[in-house]
Amino acid sequence: MSDRKPGIPNSREGCPVHDWATDYDVMDPIYNSDPGPIWQDLRERCPIAHSERWGGSWMPTRYEDVREMARAVPTLSSRAPGVIPPSPEMREILIQEVKEFGAELPPISADPPLHKPFKQLILPLFSPKAVDTYRPFTEQLANSLIDQIIQKGPEVDGATDYAQQLPPRVIAHIIGIDESRADEFTEWVRGILEQGQADAEIRLKYRRIIRDFFQEMIIERRNTPRDDAISRLMEAEIEGEKLSDYTIIGVCFLLLVAGIDTTWSSIGSALFHFGTNPEHRKRIYAEPNLFTTAIEELLRFYSPVKMARRVLEPIKFGGIEMQPGDKVIMNFPAANRDPQIFDRAEEVVLDRKQNRHIAFGVGIHRCAGSNLARMEMDIALRVWFNRIKDFEVIQPKNVIWSGGQVRGPRVMPMKILGA
Amino acid sequence: MDPDKCEGHNRCFSLAPELFEVDEFGIASTKNNGEVPKGMEDKADLAIANCPEFAISILED
Repeated sequence: MSDRKPGIPNSREGCPVHDWATDYDVMDPIYNSDPGPIWQDLRERCPIAHSERWGGSWMPTRYEDVREMARAVPTLSSRAPGVIPPSPEMREILIQEVKEFGAELPPISADPPLHKPFKQLILPLFSPKAVDTYRPFTEQLANSLIDQIIQKGPEVDGATDYAQQLPPRVIAHIIGIDESRADEFTEWVRGILEQGQADAEIRLKYRRIIRDFFQEMIIERRNTPRDDAISRLMEAEIEGEKLSDYTIIGVCFLLLVAGIDTTWSSIGSALFHFGTNPEHRKRIYAEPNLFTTAIEELLRFYSPVKMARRVLEPIKFGGIEMQPGDKVIMNFPAANRDPQIFDRAEEVVLDRKQNRHIAFGVGIHRCAGSNLARMEMDIALRVWFNRIKDFEVIQPKNVIWSGGQVRGPRVMPMKILGA
Repeated sequence: MDPDKCEGHNRCFSLAPELFEVDEFGIASTKNNGEVPKGMEDKADLAIANCPEFAISILED
């Protein structure tokens, strides 16, 4: 307890976990490099685990429990969806802001009835038809990244040289912000979702940077409207009223944050998988038609995203009584490995037919960008396999994974054989 | 296809675009009044087996 970071309750950083059922740590690097065996043990022994770390939370590991919790709206509220809670200082800011404006990052942090109109505001940006129009841009981008990789090779980093580079540029293109600042956007988003989880100052700093940036974008468009998502949000009305700047900034903030770390993790995890499984690699080279089911299977097995809910009224799940104020971690990744639902749950089956995975959540908070994520994975992998003859992860054990809210490879040295 | 259960995952549309269409909010509906043309039974089964909301079912003729 002595070396804990200021403002983060009970993180017990550096203090090893003895029993995952009563003391799990979602930031533990060993857990984040291979969480499967821990979930397997919990599912059998204590399917809804509890821990006092990181502000205290419940964590389900069975598919049916996660599904039921996702549907318990709004008793399990989305008002604070961060897996690691904010510091007391930031909590005060958020409480004040939410009182004044309704929700910080709608629709992800909104409950009904506020949730639906906001979700419907952004869904048309990510419909299959809209996503098709982003394909040529994404494909060109992937090809130019591969050009650079081949030039740099044979040793490259699959996480930072490739997977990380696509999503910020694609989402910037959609939002209508400068794609050439992609590295900055990535730094900001990591500041929120990665380093900022355990460091209140970093979180506040990057939150301020992102909010100020979008405020500036709004002012620019107030003078000269453009044909982009920001201008559309500025024109939009909900129940006959224009959105406040605070709310427009919140929606843009969400699009940026949700569009970068998540998809980066999915693409990186897919490369990790193929780079460590030669038979699967060979099979995809021989049968590229398998990508359709393989991508869903990789989303299932390497689901990157966990979200949190706040209990508003006493409610029971699996015999456990939860109290108002309790936090629940929506463990979609563990649900997706539940052997009650998936045959050979701990194996990647590239042509899996039955696959009701919930990597993008389930119920009303289903990820609004799921079609976009799927398209980016599809193009990233197809272009990679088209242009690179063979490849492997150099030291799978040394790959560094992020954890907490979003799990994915962050450092992943690979060896490639160029075209 | 139960539109009340659909949350717009679009898994059915991506696996069986011959049988489903989706609106701008991602909500799916069946094509051909929900009838599965001959030879499309496997695709229909695949769509059912991939819907996370259990919103699709098949009624035998």
